[in-house]
Amino acid sequence: MAGFISHRLMMLVLTLFVASLVVFWVLELLPGDAAQLLLGTEVQPDTLAAIRAQLGLDRPALLRYGDWIGGLLTGDLGDSLVYGIPIWDMVRDRLAVSLPLAVMAFTIATAIALPVGMVAAMQRGRLTDLILMGFAQIGLAVPNFWFGLLLILVFAVLNNWFNAGGFPGWQDDPVGSLKALFLPALALGVSEAAILSRMVRAAMLETLGEDYVRTARAKGLSISRVLFGHTLGNAMIPIATLMGLQFAFLVAGSVIVENVFYLPGIGQLLLKAIFERDLILVRDLVLMLSGFVIVLSFCVDIAYGFIDPRLRRTQ
Amino acid sequence: MRLLMSGSKSGGHLPQLWVGGALTAIVLITALVAGFWTPYPADQQSIIDRLQGPSMAHWLGTDLYGRDILSRIMGGAQTALWVGMAAIGVGLAGGLPLGLAAAMNRNGLIDTAIARGSDLIFAFPALLTAVLIAAIHGPGMINVIVAVGIFNIAVFARVVRGAALSIMARPFLQAAIAIGRPWPSIALVHLLPNIAGVVAVQATVQFAAAILAEAALSYLGLGIKPPDPSWGKMLADAQTLLYLSPMQAILPGLAIVWTVLGLNLLGDGLRDALDPKLRSLRAV
Amino acid sequence: MAQNIGIKPVSGMARTLYRTMGLIIASGIMALALIGPASAKTGVVLAITLEPPHLDPTAGAPAAIDEVVYANLFEGLTRIDALGQVKPGLAERWVIEDDGLTYRFILRKGVTFHDGASLDSSDVKFSFDRAVAEGSENAQKGLFSAIETIETPDPQTVVIKLTRKEGLFLWNLGWGDAVIVDPASAETNKTNPVGTGPYKLDNWTRGDSIRLVRSSNYWGQKPAMDSVTFKIIADPSAQVTALLAGDVDVVPNIGAPESVAQFEADPRFVVTQGTTEGETLLAMNERRPLLQDVRVRKAIQHAIDRQALIDGAMFGFGTPIGSHFAPHNPAYTDLTEATPYDPEKAKDLLAQAGVAPGTKLVMKLPPPTYARRGGEIVAAQLKAVGFDVEQIPVDWGQWVSEVFKGDHDFDLTIVSHTEPLDIGIYARDDYYFGYDNPAFKTLMSKIDTVSDPAGRNTLYKEAQRMLADDAANAFLFQLAKVTVQRKDLKGLWQNAPIQANDMTGARWE
Repeated sequence: MAGFISHRLMMLVLTLFVASLVVFWVLELLPGDAAQLLLGTEVQPDTLAAIRAQLGLDRPALLRYGDWIGGLLTGDLGDSLVYGIPIWDMVRDRLAVSLPLAVMAFTIATAIALPVGMVAAMQRGRLTDLILMGFAQIGLAVPNFWFGLLLILVFAVLNNWFNAGGFPGWQDDPVGSLKALFLPALALGVSEAAILSRMVRAAMLETLGEDYVRTARAKGLSISRVLFGHTLGNAMIPIATLMGLQFAFLVAGSVIVENVFYLPGIGQLLLKAIFERDLILVRDLVLMLSGFVIVLSFCVDIAYGFIDPRLRRTQ
Repeated sequence: MRLLMSGSKSGGHLPQLWVGGALTAIVLITALVAGFWTPYPADQQSIIDRLQGPSMAHWLGTDLYGRDILSRIMGGAQTALWVGMAAIGVGLAGGLPLGLAAAMNRNGLIDTAIARGSDLIFAFPALLTAVLIAAIHGPGMINVIVAVGIFNIAVFARVVRGAALSIMARPFLQAAIAIGRPWPSIALVHLLPNIAGVVAVQATVQFAAAILAEAALSYLGLGIKPPDPSWGKMLADAQTLLYLSPMQAILPGLAIVWTVLGLNLLGDGLRDALDPKLRSLRAV
Repeated sequence: MAQNIGIKPVSGMARTLYRTMGLIIASGIMALALIGPASAKTGVVLAITLEPPHLDPTAGAPAAIDEVVYANLFEGLTRIDALGQVKPGLAERWVIEDDGLTYRFILRKGVTFHDGASLDSSDVKFSFDRAVAEGSENAQKGLFSAIETIETPDPQTVVIKLTRKEGLFLWNLGWGDAVIVDPASAETNKTNPVGTGPYKLDNWTRGDSIRLVRSSNYWGQKPAMDSVTFKIIADPSAQVTALLAGDVDVVPNIGAPESVAQFEADPRFVVTQGTTEGETLLAMNERRPLLQDVRVRKAIQHAIDRQALIDGAMFGFGTPIGSHFAPHNPAYTDLTEATPYDPEKAKDLLAQAGVAPGTKLVMKLPPPTYARRGGEIVAAQLKAVGFDVEQIPVDWGQWVSEVFKGDHDFDLTIVSHTEPLDIGIYARDDYYFGYDNPAFKTLMSKIDTVSDPAGRNTLYKEAQRMLADDAANAFLFQLAKVTVQRKDLKGLWQNAPIQANDMTGARWE
């Protein structure tokens, strides 16, 4: 087991390192730079040069990469080129929007997917199953940004129940902030529920098909005893790990929904940073998002290693 | 990955196949027809006729520039299918050889490198990759195809590797290996025909995913360049018109759902029809 | 897996589940829907499209900085008022010596910065010296280029000597880039701005809003509003909903002109249309052999139906222009008739120039609505006369590095030149569109030496005509400033002689 974990850990570090290389060098290709955009078209060359030097943009790429990685290793995300403030401060403010959004969406997704998947599994092949899985199929096909638009249309345009977008801020208006996250979370969550409910159903079917469940049924245990006593617990392990991965994609997928509802979250910050050529910020965010996925996959791997010893041999 | 499979089993796969096939066929026919006929040229503007509701002249009304929405939705079908096909093409061209190489070099250096490489690609959400590519090269169909295609290479490499390994475990192939037939011949004669089904199923699913990705990128303004019709771009244009002309936001979305639903059902149906035991990685 | 294991339907359980889920979702929606915003009427909330990167108007070019701080937080020696007139600012009055080169400014008494430091002539000298110093971040050093010396004979007096006559000098000093800062706080103005204005910074929630509150030690008349909040709402549709929801009181520059009809019909709102300094051009890269030919450029201008463009892209907001000049300027001359929409003439000109139908042109379009939507329409109009125009949407980073600088890799671009009285750009060497006409350069240097307004206006008219005759660019329309505001909000600028939101006169009635 220790060998398995250390091998995986080595792989994790290597993958993160390669990811940082990719992120850094790919972004070197972006045309234009922050200094030019900050100073506009009327700027004189000496001013431009001075700001480039001040921002460190005139240094060789290798040194800038070293600075960036060195900073990250010591927990310093660096300063924004455009805003001149520590990136962590900006990211923290945005996480205060994106994380609650992801959690809310995930809660909605789970609240829908667990019962739907369970009922569908128990009703397998029957009309209820067909209808539920039909909805899941449609849910898979609905782009979350379009669903967001429809929600805006129904709840903000036709009825004036919600705002079509924007975010009042937790400090000024906590309830309004919660409300502002609701429609986006619904847009994200329902799409996610479609995927999750299919997973839950499949995992349930799998477990229901295992010998011990059939034995339990044969012993005359009731449906709910079997379901809550045996099946659910066992089905939850794969469901939970897959949910973990889904959560990572949810955070990344919120980029576009944040755009639909104009939420000041991580996704919006990322797009803005790209357009403003705030490269250090872009790099931090991209590495953060992909690092999140990489680390979560690592955790899932390790978890599976514990569950299933056969997987400990390196594949 | 078995957990990711879906679809009801007890004789329920045929309806999926047929419904999916029918939905997809209609999109295909629409795109083909759009190739030589649309009610109006898709980019023909008439500012005074803009934002009209459905009428005899314009069955689905007109957009912000007075263009015929039906014509643009038809053109959008063409765009979506082109992007889907090209993204699959890129994915197959890269993923097939890589996956086969990985399978034959099981646990070797090549296999590990390919596995790590695809891990890396999966770590970057496809949307993010595409946003960055578009920011570097500017938007356009090629960039969408590249962005989605890179992701597909990793998907196909994995699927092909898995499928090839399971085939290679079978006796007839073990025999072929034992008598020392050269690898290229094994790959072409034995492996490819046997994994074609799995690859076809995956291709259908990735096709749907590519169409969703194109719509998302075009919605963000990073996809198809104007004036080419794109469903995602139509949705982007519709957002500020929600109060004025909500129809604009509904029709292109329905077209996306129709197409993606059709392809997903087709994929599920195909998989169940081809071999219930072969489960493929679902693009989630 | 998945054999039939024969679990009986538990439809009762399923039904309960559905019902519970439905109830939870429905009650959630209802509960959230009932929560409304509370409004207070002692302050005002504006929606601005772009967030400023920082709040120091003397560093960097983004107009978003001036849109927050100009006249509200920072002040200069002069200021520009709602009508575009130069008015006394921190300088109570001034005297121009007979040579036209020496300006003597008398500063107001009792002016203090927000931190309590008092203003004197040394602050003025410091500010201007700092602006032009090597390594300064001032994006408009050109404003100060005529200054030879700055003297401070006493704390209330500043004497500035110029090297040449500069008709616009007082106007230039009214720009946000020329505001007066305190040496003690100059370096930290970006995040902690300290000015002399009636408002000071209260709170900046990045990505969301900037809140200014009334400064207690303002030298002038106390403004009516306790606070001014700038909410950053880039998305045009989000601006609309923010207005409808009462989250903002005014959008000084509405991003979605299509929403205006809706607000005009709503008794809670007033819509005003004013002028801006933004000449919107279809700029042509005259380095390209094809576009060096004046016949081709004229053909392009004739191919464009300006009114259809304004209707289609801006929903009717905008004024057609025939040259590079703002229609509300006294020196304006209407040249739209000289280059009317005439596709037949355009085709003739192209035939004369030997341009084959289907000739490709690359048009790069920056993010604003006028460019992206205008680009769709211009491309269609050019297609009608035989061009094949490829539209390439670009972000500002790409636009600056590919179009404005570097290799000038474009044929056409649509951009609005928002600086006041900027016809002089056509006299620049190697400007991005590459217009090169020695006669025009001579004309421009002549204008600088003429001091009487009538004489200048005549020359400006001549310059406009020259650009129209040369079809230096295709001139489209003057951007309009369309403001949507609460009906009871008064005292805002209708026009935008400079990009600013001067809230000193804003009040509720």
